[in-house]
Amino acid sequence: MKRSFLLYFLITLIGFLFVGRLFQLQVIKGSDYNPVKTSAVKVKFDMPERGYVYDRNGELLVANQLSYDVTIVPNEVTPLDTLEFCSLLKISKENFIKRFKKAENYAPWLESVFLKQLAKEDFAYLQEKLHKFQGFNIQKRVIRNYPIKSAANVLGYISEVNELVAKKDNYYQQGELIGKAGIEAQYEKILRGKKGKKYFRRDRFNKIKGPFKNGLYDSTAVNGKDIMLTIDSKLQQYGEYLMKGKRGGIIALEPSSGEILALVTSPSYDPNMMVGRLRSPNSVKLIGDSINKPMYDRGLKGTYPPGSPFKLVNALIGLQENVIDENTHFVCNGGYRYGNRKNEFMKCHCDIYGKPIQLNSAISKSCNSYFANTYKRIIEKNKNSKSGMNNWSTHVKSFGLGNYLGYDLPEGDKGLIPDGDYYNRMYRYKWNASTNISNAIGQGEVLTTPIQLANVTAAIANRGFFYTPHIVKKINNQAITDSSYTIPKHTTIDKKHFDPIIQGMHEVFKTGTASWVNIEGVDIVGKTGTSENFMRVGRKKIKLPDHSILVAFAPKNNPKIAVAVFIENGGFGSTVAAPITSLMIEKYLTGMINRKWIEERMLKTDLSPIYERQTIAIKQIETGTK
Amino acid sequence: MRQEQNNIFFGIDWLLVLFFTLLVGFGWINIYAASYTDETIQVFDFSSKYGKQLLWILFSIPLIILILFINAKFYQRFSSIFFILSLLTLIGLFIFGTEINGARSWYRFGGVSLQPSEFAKTFTALALAKLMSDRKYNLSILKNQIKAFIIIFLPALLIALHDPGSAIIYLAFFFVLNREGLTLAYIIFGALSIVLFIATIIAGVKVIMSSLYILITIYSIYSIYRNKRFLKFNWLKVVALYLFSSFFILSADYSYNNILKKHQRDRFEVILGKTSDTKQIGYNSDQSIQTISSGKFWGKGFLEGDKTQGNFVPAQDTDYIFSVVGEEWGFVGSSLVIFLFMALLYRIIYRAEKHANKFGRIYGYGVASILFFHLIVNIGMVIGVLPTVGIPLPFFSYGGSSLWGFTLLLFIFIKLDAQKSYDW
Repeated sequence: MKRSFLLYFLITLIGFLFVGRLFQLQVIKGSDYNPVKTSAVKVKFDMPERGYVYDRNGELLVANQLSYDVTIVPNEVTPLDTLEFCSLLKISKENFIKRFKKAENYAPWLESVFLKQLAKEDFAYLQEKLHKFQGFNIQKRVIRNYPIKSAANVLGYISEVNELVAKKDNYYQQGELIGKAGIEAQYEKILRGKKGKKYFRRDRFNKIKGPFKNGLYDSTAVNGKDIMLTIDSKLQQYGEYLMKGKRGGIIALEPSSGEILALVTSPSYDPNMMVGRLRSPNSVKLIGDSINKPMYDRGLKGTYPPGSPFKLVNALIGLQENVIDENTHFVCNGGYRYGNRKNEFMKCHCDIYGKPIQLNSAISKSCNSYFANTYKRIIEKNKNSKSGMNNWSTHVKSFGLGNYLGYDLPEGDKGLIPDGDYYNRMYRYKWNASTNISNAIGQGEVLTTPIQLANVTAAIANRGFFYTPHIVKKINNQAITDSSYTIPKHTTIDKKHFDPIIQGMHEVFKTGTASWVNIEGVDIVGKTGTSENFMRVGRKKIKLPDHSILVAFAPKNNPKIAVAVFIENGGFGSTVAAPITSLMIEKYLTGMINRKWIEERMLKTDLSPIYERQTIAIKQIETGTK
Repeated sequence: MRQEQNNIFFGIDWLLVLFFTLLVGFGWINIYAASYTDETIQVFDFSSKYGKQLLWILFSIPLIILILFINAKFYQRFSSIFFILSLLTLIGLFIFGTEINGARSWYRFGGVSLQPSEFAKTFTALALAKLMSDRKYNLSILKNQIKAFIIIFLPALLIALHDPGSAIIYLAFFFVLNREGLTLAYIIFGALSIVLFIATIIAGVKVIMSSLYILITIYSIYSIYRNKRFLKFNWLKVVALYLFSSFFILSADYSYNNILKKHQRDRFEVILGKTSDTKQIGYNSDQSIQTISSGKFWGKGFLEGDKTQGNFVPAQDTDYIFSVVGEEWGFVGSSLVIFLFMALLYRIIYRAEKHANKFGRIYGYGVASILFFHLIVNIGMVIGVLPTVGIPLPFFSYGGSSLWGFTLLLFIFIKLDAQKSYDW
């Protein structure tokens, strides 16, 4: 018995060591084992169809189209007529060899994409002859199609999901498509639907051996929902047509709902450029264009000094704060002196020299002195400049300025509405209303985006409230119910103060700066603007040609449309922005254009020489400073 | 009495037969799972592996009856002849052998292949038992030790030439020698060598050699301190110790890097964690561990193991059969199998110790040791604690030669055991 001890002992020892190891593997380590996530299970995705996008009248803006990828299983390829095959695919023989080697390096027994997104005609030819080429296959793939070549900035585009997102969000697999801009990005989850998953058992050669657990974990694909936009595609296209050769944006809103009727940015691009085989070279071209910035939505992201239209806001605040009334008058001596030094003088072009000016004509003639006086009174009403400034700032911000508007597009900017603290920081507490008197006329520190200006216009049209602008009207034929778009937001100005302002704005088109583009029978109410702007190049601040601005709504009573037009370096508001506004309103309200001569004139207005000169000038300064 | 002896089932240890039946039966179920495909439904499909194995199992019944029919004395008397014959079959491989999976260790007769090394174990055990059961045999005499070593190493060497992994099993016989009085020093020495060998691979020659030198020096100083005249008598021993340890470590390093082939070295490195490659070198081991782990406590159920059904583990019906148990029957099933093997081994030793004559006892020890070694090497490999060595799991792995070899091994013992009370 003693002699047998060693063997007994070792058998027991080893036996229990093994059981212990099994415990470690199967009970301790095995607990975090997921039955679906094993190499023995292959997931195949059932791709849903992406939702369509329509305009407010049901016109199709975004659809899907089939595209065809040629795939290859290198192991199954038999000797073939390379020349014929290459000519079918329109690739060179070297290219063929390169692609073949790439597929072979990936895995000779697996299917991989040989040539992406074949043109439709090529596909038809190839399909007929495919039987000759063993190992090659055609795989269908759904890509986007834009029947109307417009609104690229609104619609956005889809492209292959990048590695980072694919890693973070486990919904996406490498190579799948995701919305990258515009509606496609904002409403990605609604448009994409839900992928179905099918689980298969597979062996170690990746060969499918049948459904996993008889499809217990499988799910079917749910197609994406269709979206109806608030955009009127006719108006949108017309806006883009008018904006040829100009930089800037047109925003048209429906004041009674906050729906965005048109969101034009210029220059833009054909959305179909971001589809198909040419997407990647095109996107490099578009994104890389740092001068024209076709991918940059000027209507949403461009921040500019608002210029004269901002006077409306100051007038409203003045009325609300009771520092002026309709009959208050100021005298303009060709400008407003805010300091004793020679250059502390704000010029005015109202041409009413030495006579008292009242609110109505101050608006229609855009008198700088009047609003400088008003602004000063607003700021100085409170016990100190800071609280006066803060009070002013609160009023201004109630129009949706100085912060993100909250519309349903992924791009935007806050703009800037300064308050007391802002100037305390800037001037170390040594400032008063005169220091920032430019704010009175929408210059100075104030910055807004065109869509914010359009929203201010809508708020004036509504006499004191606005709906947050939004671009989606219906999802799957159900009107949106998001309360941030359906509940009106009130400004801090009482309803009664709006009528005098609107009256003044009416004069602008009747007798004032924009009277030449008034439409017979339509009461347009608006305000022109010409905003100075500068550009910093190195240490130099150079003055650029003024921006041309106009905000308007029509008709005066029961407004149907509010528009903000912003033309970079377009000069006076009345020369470029006004006719464009007028044409947009005419197009929307009457559906046609009667004043062909204005249209003609606008189409001929090409600002590109100005832009070109600018770029050259900037370059010269840049190289000079270096 | 005579009548009883004529009954072939007389005196049989039914418990051993039960263990055998359970192991073979459960083994077949797992072979079925490993080689099952959706297309095949028939159990008696003899073109499939499980069908063939079933055939081997059925054919093992007449073999068992034949073994039990023959008088126990026969095995003792003819053991030398069997041994020589089995050596000849091993030598014959050099001329008539067929190569399968890179090892020329098979004879091919028509569609049937036989692996003589699977039977050689049995005959070596018999020959060793015969040698050592001689009344005059005394293991403390060096000449006798060498005789035993020759019996062990002759077949081992012949096998090692084709299939080094299978030859390792012959080390099991040292347990037998130890039981019969060979000093434990051999086993301790062997175990130490293995430890030193592995330590050299892991830590490198310099570290191990210098630490060994330090140990020897400390030992010498301690001895001098205890007995001032120590060096006078033992200086030769100390020098020899230095020389031998240097030689051993250098040769371990040399043989690891130069004699072992790349794939063999890789197997060591996988287990020692020196490589993290699970795609090429470590694929088998990694897949096997994953497959077993995925079984969790209760297992996925018969034919439900997706890794097994997907054939992720190579050679899963033969050497890696235990991973099927792990996946489909979980911790419960796989530990039960280990306990079953342990029970079988305990029972063999227990019965062997009861033998009145030495021959039966020594043979019994041989059987237990061989099975034990197979168990260690095979399951150790499958659960990823020992390097990959391609030897089958007794009674479980697919293959006729291995099944018949182990059946022969075990049932000769059962027969000897049945007749143990008779003095031959």
